[in-house]
Amino acid sequence: MAYSDKVIDHFTNPRNVGSLDKSDQHVGTGIVGAPACGDVMKLQIQVDEDGTIVDAKFKTFGCGSAIASSSLATEWLKGKKVSQAHELKNTDIAEELSLPPVKLHCSVLAEDAVRAAIADWKRKNGVADDGEPAEQVDVPQPIEVKNQGA
Amino acid sequence: MPVKTPIYLDYNATTPVDERVLEAMLPFLKEVFGNAASTSHSYGTTARAAVDKARVQVAELIGAEAEDIIWTSGATESDNLAIKGVAEMYASRGDHIITCKTEHKAVLDTCRKLEGRGVKVTYLQPDKTGRVTAEQVAEAITDKTILITLMAANNEIGTLHPIAEIGRVAKDRGVILHSDATQAVGKAPVNVDEMGIDLLSVSAHKIYGPKGVGCLYVRRRGPRVRLVCQMDGGGHERGMRSGTLNVPGIVGLGAAAEICRAEMADEASRLRALRDRLHSGLTGRLDYVEFNGHATERLANTVNLSFGYVEGESLMLKAKDIAVSSASACTSASLEPSFVLKAIGVPDELAHGSIRFSLGRFTTEEEIDHAIDAIVKAVEELRQLSPLYEMVKEGVDLSEVQWSGE
Repeated sequence: MAYSDKVIDHFTNPRNVGSLDKSDQHVGTGIVGAPACGDVMKLQIQVDEDGTIVDAKFKTFGCGSAIASSSLATEWLKGKKVSQAHELKNTDIAEELSLPPVKLHCSVLAEDAVRAAIADWKRKNGVADDGEPAEQVDVPQPIEVKNQGA
Repeated sequence: MPVKTPIYLDYNATTPVDERVLEAMLPFLKEVFGNAASTSHSYGTTARAAVDKARVQVAELIGAEAEDIIWTSGATESDNLAIKGVAEMYASRGDHIITCKTEHKAVLDTCRKLEGRGVKVTYLQPDKTGRVTAEQVAEAITDKTILITLMAANNEIGTLHPIAEIGRVAKDRGVILHSDATQAVGKAPVNVDEMGIDLLSVSAHKIYGPKGVGCLYVRRRGPRVRLVCQMDGGGHERGMRSGTLNVPGIVGLGAAAEICRAEMADEASRLRALRDRLHSGLTGRLDYVEFNGHATERLANTVNLSFGYVEGESLMLKAKDIAVSSASACTSASLEPSFVLKAIGVPDELAHGSIRFSLGRFTTEEEIDHAIDAIVKAVEELRQLSPLYEMVKEGVDLSEVQWSGE
């Protein structure tokens, strides 16, 4: 796979790898994808009282493009307001990383992960959806994680 | 100890041309340039003699006679010729073919093409090690069956089918047996008489010969197998495959076959030891490693492993000093994970994290040790990035999770 330099950079030096405390009120967690598909992204945001995303972390099971897409997304999110975060489009990610057509779905999944994290934070903080129209955005349901003996 | 990187552990994909093979070929790319069919002058007869010698060299490797060898452009063409050739020749006798789900695409796609023409194909289900049994084959045979086509060794997981037993069943029931032996020839003993094989595909570039040349063994006695030619033209190769012979390529294939015959047994022992060193080196340092294939009925050089909770393409990218293959969907244009692993029941998420290591003539112990370090490091780094590994370590049962992507 001939990757762009930017994908290689994000893959070799991924930004913001890690986890935030998902039980924290200020943290929104989005987990999208499926192991069977070969792509699972966990993206988390930490939002302050102002509605500004002060931190973002990710973990991804997937190919180089998937890891780069989610890394880029966390980089882009930090410092933005939650209301702005909806503006992040998969096409921006794909363009920035010069993703070939066969890897475009990785950027789509990253966008889904961002939206899932935002939706989770909104739900936890009683913030209604702003009703922004988006092309059939199907915000993935947050997953039911049954912790065994946690 | 410095090793040349990337370290090549993908010998089942292709092999470098052995120096001795190259040496044998060179004159035929230079001053000995005659067309082997131009037997009215010495340029042609010299070429023809070299081709005849190569026929003997290949025949001796597989226990056949020189006249049984038909030169082709490679195993894909040989598979096409065998399967289509038989289906068309014996159409009045029947229209049923038996094969297996884990065959190479050259066989599967050819069978699909024939299905489009009305031929019925049974795709046998192998067990979870990748083997089918002679009983399964026997059960599938009907009075319309004209061909069984089963590979001697699988390219992805290395599993060996019980070809000799299957050959006995085929002989008993009067059905022609073709075997795509691309991966087996030169690595494991293959004898067409002992194994009851009537048609056999060989590829030069898998046995340290050049790309673009191979052959099809076609049995002439007990029974005499006939084929409808798929490449029409000047009537070369007893009318079975027209086209000016690739003399340098054929000379190369012959030389490669002779070297394999001499060195195969020792090479297999050496590679088995190195392969097992690689396998235990990895399982000794990593958890959640699954083996795909058969423990013993397997090519000595092949080991296919799934590394849990990491994805294959990213693994190969992280361990870029090691040249291997992955069955991950991300490495294929169709985004489908390996159909071979799927057929033997490997769950998709493990198929995505699988790597095929295939060793060869020039693999050294230093390379193996270097590879172990590189793979362990890459897996550990990717597990730091993996939400699945994190969940598993927290005690989550991943099979209970409702994923958004399903």
